[in-house]
Amino acid sequence: MFSEWKFTIREIAEKPDLFMSGHRACAGCGPATVIRLVLKAVRGPTIVTCATGCMEVVSTIYPYTAWATPWIHTAFENVAANASGIEAAIKVLKRKGRIKQHIDVIAFAGDGGTYDIGIQALSGAVERGHDFLYVLYDNEAYMNTGIQRSGGTPHGAATTTSPAGTVIPGKPQYKKPIADIMVAHDIPYVATASPYYWKDLITKARKGLEVEGPAFLHVIAPCPRGWRYDTSKSIEISRLAVETCIFPLWESINGEYQLSAPSKTIALKPERKKPVEEYLKTQGRFRHLFTPKFKGVIEEIQRITDKRWQRLLKKCGIN
Amino acid sequence: MESVKQKVLALNGDEAVAYAVKQSDVDVVAAYPITPQTIIVERFSEYVANGEVDTEFICVESEHSALSACLTASAVGARAFTATASAGLALMHEILYVTSGCRAPVVMAVVNRALSAPINIHCDHSDSMVERDCGWIQIYAENSQEAYDSIIQAFRIAENPKIMLPVMVGLDGFTLSHTLENVHVLPDETVRKFVGTRQFPLVTTHTGKEAPLRLDVENPMTIGPLDLPDYYFEHKRQQEEAMRNAPEIIKKIHDEYAEISGRRYGNGLLDPYKLEDAEIAVICVGSTAGTVKTVVDNLRNQGVKAGLLRIRTFRPLPVDGIRKALEKVKAVAVMDRSMSFGGHGGAIFHEVRHVLYDASNHPYIVNYIYGLGGRDTSPNQIRKIYNDLQKIVETGRVETPVQFVGLRE
Amino acid sequence: MKTEKKGWKEIPIAGVCWKPSTEYLTGDWKTYKPVRDPEKCKLCLLCVIFCPDGAIHWKPEENDLEFDYNFCKGCGICANECPFKAIEMKL
Repeated sequence: MFSEWKFTIREIAEKPDLFMSGHRACAGCGPATVIRLVLKAVRGPTIVTCATGCMEVVSTIYPYTAWATPWIHTAFENVAANASGIEAAIKVLKRKGRIKQHIDVIAFAGDGGTYDIGIQALSGAVERGHDFLYVLYDNEAYMNTGIQRSGGTPHGAATTTSPAGTVIPGKPQYKKPIADIMVAHDIPYVATASPYYWKDLITKARKGLEVEGPAFLHVIAPCPRGWRYDTSKSIEISRLAVETCIFPLWESINGEYQLSAPSKTIALKPERKKPVEEYLKTQGRFRHLFTPKFKGVIEEIQRITDKRWQRLLKKCGIN
Repeated sequence: MESVKQKVLALNGDEAVAYAVKQSDVDVVAAYPITPQTIIVERFSEYVANGEVDTEFICVESEHSALSACLTASAVGARAFTATASAGLALMHEILYVTSGCRAPVVMAVVNRALSAPINIHCDHSDSMVERDCGWIQIYAENSQEAYDSIIQAFRIAENPKIMLPVMVGLDGFTLSHTLENVHVLPDETVRKFVGTRQFPLVTTHTGKEAPLRLDVENPMTIGPLDLPDYYFEHKRQQEEAMRNAPEIIKKIHDEYAEISGRRYGNGLLDPYKLEDAEIAVICVGSTAGTVKTVVDNLRNQGVKAGLLRIRTFRPLPVDGIRKALEKVKAVAVMDRSMSFGGHGGAIFHEVRHVLYDASNHPYIVNYIYGLGGRDTSPNQIRKIYNDLQKIVETGRVETPVQFVGLRE
Repeated sequence: MKTEKKGWKEIPIAGVCWKPSTEYLTGDWKTYKPVRDPEKCKLCLLCVIFCPDGAIHWKPEENDLEFDYNFCKGCGICANECPFKAIEMKL
């Protein structure tokens, strides 16, 4: 099903950036690193489409573009439909001899464009079985419009539309399990990834490209502005998300779940599982939870994290 | 002029559209079913299922996705088609602008239908009239034959390098879409030759190279960036230029098609009927023109100098043509099959009246809103409109500039 | 940064971009800049991997790496992630 593509860090470093320098993402932008790394996985000619959002805005401020690949953006909620059209066009033009080589298709979208406004188009596109890789760079809120909550914002996080009030401590709802929803579509490949585990991320992006049919890659992409932490901490926080099992790393190949190495280590040695507090305390969006009044919310986050982790272990056949 | 031998098929308007698409070497069709457009996608699905077309047919989950997929397929270099109606077109609204802004020459059939609420599946022009500013060329067909002919012409118009704009072809829901008519169809080869292969204007990309406008891995380019106040206006002006280029090209393509088919619809922009010496005239779009013509014939038999100006191409608006066509007319009634609530009359009325402001001869001009939600409009009602016009000419007085036809008080 | 503004007849249609972002320098965004101690650096290249701006270049022919201050926004990820503490953020 997958090629045995092996690569070294030097080979990756030598590969030219298809997401070029000079983009105007904030200093320390997690999604920018995610996109750079995903594009290191391309295996040949690739067309990219992007939903409206941070990465679209910062990369194509006219007349400049940061994209070395053919690239198109049309709107917020339709990137999967755009990918459908691109894939269908490539297919038919190849059949008619007007396109000669194989071309891969990647769709990038943030959490707003995926969990919320884009889920209909995404669900439709993967149900139809288009051959493309969908990459969700999840910075857990509408950052581009000023940090409003989305279906991907975690419980208790303060955003501008779920502020930490005196009565309500941040977002009351829980993060939508989007990757599981994609698995439930019975598509060939779904995976989660974190930029700290860069090799795992690049390998999964390549697998998503190699697999025939739709692939969904859910990448945690910390945002210094929205999560309220120092710009140097994006990668560190993407590691803590995994180490606390708030964002475990796994793959589902044809519906079969399996833990990826960093999370598998924790499954095998549960003493390595860090308390969620270690993750939460690094970010200002959770600061209000560290007051006596809302201490219970941290316990609730731990409870829900553990529940979801145990459920995942069961799916992976680990008890 | 010798036109090619043509088959006569009994087709309804939707089938005529599907047949034209089948013959036009379309690469990608993405569509979502909505009454009264469904027959188009059903017929086309059969062509796909029977291997009669080499087309990727995407059964999308919404009209929004239908147009989104057509737009990017077109950006890759495919010829793309979709069809919709009413709420479907309204759901596409956002992407209509994106498609014209990305200069994607998508062709769409709009089977005109009323907008909710209350929900109504029957014909009026509310759905496409509200989209007249979205940067699409708009053609309205009078009958199924014209729907067939217009779809074929639309690909040539849209893909012309001096235009590069999407085109919508309107046909009246049920009146045309579900009514059998004898439709003359050209041989497959003739249509294929007429539409040709897609052309691509050259653009300068970020690599400094000139390349055909498409998502091509050999010549990477960025389409659909973030445009700030420093350039957005310039891009809009380019779209306006394409609209200004369109009338002459539409006429040329219409002429070329007439050579092959033997069929003409005026000059392709405006289709006048007995207008040369007319003193009173009706202006309308779509299938109502057929009824109006019957009334004109009857009036002519009675010695009344009545005429009709059917607007075939509503976008771009044939400004000079309308002015010229109405030069000698004394009173004009514009028939609008849509409301512009609170806007003092319908869309066509607004535009025709505005065009006539600069005319040397100002005819009286009145507006009749008719046929909303599929309400039938009879020859008698149209005769009454001409009677009103006669009275206006006689008395020199307009009592009610905007009226409703066939509405119960 | 000054850019010449073109008229509508001079720019490509469809909003096609005509400049690469590499002509837009973001280096002046930074307050602190990363300075590497070549003695401590083991050329593990993690900084190259993690840089959001692609502003650290691996030079295989020189077996060395280079910070591109034209693009470095001074976020400090490289310094934070360096396993050998070979990078320091300096004013």
